[in-house]
Amino acid sequence: MLSYNLNHLRELEAESIFVIREVAAQFQNPVLLFSGGKDSIVMLHLAVKAFFPARLPFPLLHIDTGHNFPETLDYRDNLVKKISARLLVGSVQESINKGRVVEETGVNASRNVLQTVTLLDAIEEHGFDAAMGGGRRDEEKARAKERFFSHRDEFGQWDPKNQRPELWNLFNGKKKPGEHFRIFPLSNWTEMDVWQYILLEKIEMPSLYFAHERECVDRKGVLLAKSEYVKLTDGEKWEKMTIRFRTIGDMSCTGATVSHASTIEDIILEVAAARQTERGSRADDKRSETSMEDRKREGYF
Amino acid sequence: MNRNNGNAYLDMELLRFTTAGSVDDGKSTLIGRLLYDSKSIFEDQYEAIKITSEKRGEDFVNLALLTDGLRAEREQGITIDVAYRYFATPKRKFIIADTPGHVQYTRNMVTGASTANLAIILVDSRKGVVEQTKRHAFIASLLGIPHLVICINKMDLVDYSQKVFESIKKEFQGFASKLNIQDIQFIPISALHGDNVVEKSDKMPWYGGPGLLYLLETIHIGSDLNLVDCRFPVQYVIRPQNDEYHGYRGYAGRIAGGVFKPGDKVMALPSGFTSTIKAIDGPEGPVQEAFAPMSVTIRLDDELDVSRGDMIVRENNRPQTCQDIDIMVCWMNTKKMLPDGKYGIRHTTRDARCIVRKIHYKVDVNTLHRIQDDLDVGMNDIARISIRTTQPFFVDKYQINRNTGSVILIDEATHETLGAGMII
Repeated sequence: MLSYNLNHLRELEAESIFVIREVAAQFQNPVLLFSGGKDSIVMLHLAVKAFFPARLPFPLLHIDTGHNFPETLDYRDNLVKKISARLLVGSVQESINKGRVVEETGVNASRNVLQTVTLLDAIEEHGFDAAMGGGRRDEEKARAKERFFSHRDEFGQWDPKNQRPELWNLFNGKKKPGEHFRIFPLSNWTEMDVWQYILLEKIEMPSLYFAHERECVDRKGVLLAKSEYVKLTDGEKWEKMTIRFRTIGDMSCTGATVSHASTIEDIILEVAAARQTERGSRADDKRSETSMEDRKREGYF
Repeated sequence: MNRNNGNAYLDMELLRFTTAGSVDDGKSTLIGRLLYDSKSIFEDQYEAIKITSEKRGEDFVNLALLTDGLRAEREQGITIDVAYRYFATPKRKFIIADTPGHVQYTRNMVTGASTANLAIILVDSRKGVVEQTKRHAFIASLLGIPHLVICINKMDLVDYSQKVFESIKKEFQGFASKLNIQDIQFIPISALHGDNVVEKSDKMPWYGGPGLLYLLETIHIGSDLNLVDCRFPVQYVIRPQNDEYHGYRGYAGRIAGGVFKPGDKVMALPSGFTSTIKAIDGPEGPVQEAFAPMSVTIRLDDELDVSRGDMIVRENNRPQTCQDIDIMVCWMNTKKMLPDGKYGIRHTTRDARCIVRKIHYKVDVNTLHRIQDDLDVGMNDIARISIRTTQPFFVDKYQINRNTGSVILIDEATHETLGAGMII
């Protein structure tokens, strides 16, 4: 007799597929936010499974800061072609050109904060009523209280004190015109679950996640890769190192880790032994103790 | 993950539990201890709370700060809402729904408890069973949590006394006999010092049972879901518009109960039409068997008119089809429930409207007494009510199946979730 038990990855998979299908069923015009990072890759993988053999019933939206790693864009374009998905791109550069936002200046300038405006503009322009993101509750303390279905007012703001209670499998996506939802199908996954699932499902990953040689600068413990967006200050210098990325965001603020992990199995061992959270290498989170909470209130993912 | 065996992670199970407690009974310390001792705390997180502890002038690193989420909470020193925490051992992955113990306690604990397999209730060994202990146990039983673990905490403050432990245990058992809980266990612990949390304590040789983490890792949860009564609420219909899969028509959903197999004779509700399962597509491709809580796509031999909100069941084992339903409702909004009020209602994937026909009584969550002279149902109240729905629902009693026995009530103007209902 078979045993009627799912292992933790298959149970998380079942939950996420349920949530993604619920989005397609409850909303008129949903979108899946695709950043090219591992979480959104896994989310997209689950979405493809959720509707197989049909195509995705929603487009993908990439908020392009203009500071992306070229590897991320190549990976994105190949994947989109492979699954015949529809890709929309929201450009931070365009928001700057239109005067919607002003570029930060200074040595730690980043477009991370600016992308919130581009995202909200894209949601409004296309009339999206639900946007799925790969955020996980274990990532950061402000995310630990996030719902699967997270309600946003007409300004895209999140009010942590006034969230809808979420019970059983009953997700309430009802809203007034102009409001929208952020949906987090991977809420219950940890970084380890994501990597184990990538291994289990043999999901192809961008090369940035694996160890490679690259010139970096050590800025207060954050290793930034050499690019035209990172300017050296006094006393800093480029050094060749063997590194990989644990998260992938902008070249201007995504820190690398020194690593020799060249396979998914190696990465899993490394994650198991890690003594720093993955966001520990994100310069954007180091701005203040509540920087994630502040950005989320304003509409950041 | 087990580093000696690359595939050990494929045997890990998922256990969801909820913790309940008030400000001083050491709940945050216990969670902090579980996370810290199971090495789920990273250096940067530990450094951050170490700095905060020093700033506050505390003598030791306050593990309770690990569960401290939003800025408003840190400023006020309280926990506002349900927070979810994660940790794993080589045997299991754990999801903790951490609920606060102050004013909006009932609403939060009900939310956290709705998906839990197990509840941990903390009792202060110096105070014994108090009103709040009973309230926690009642809500756990109301929400149908199959396993209850009573941690008698702060044993260090009563000299690790067996007598104290046994007397609290006896008192709790006396009270719990009135509740519907399948499995209750008692563990003497000290969250502060780590006794019987992750490591078994050598200070209580009289205690022969397991430590808390060992219990969490080994408690049998395989039979927590209903695998007898087949229920498949249809969530979404998959009809690819391409040549390769022309004619494919699949009903997507998450199995709410039972085991389905190709060849099974099934009936679709509400139409009552019958057919046979042609194939079941799981996330990994076609499967020979699908069971709760899998997300699958079911294909039938016949083209039936089935859509979202319908339910596929076995012909000879059907849920009740009804419009008049009695529920225990937990109210979750500052706006009071209106007698004769009309609300949106969601059951599985089915939406309808309902009207409150009668409020029978409220339950005093501290004494379990029925209150019949005050039928004002407000925030955090639990009441037995009768409702009538605009459309038939296909329901089971909550105690038989949590998926097909639960509903939420929704405000038709603001769309907020107002109440959580368990079908009686």
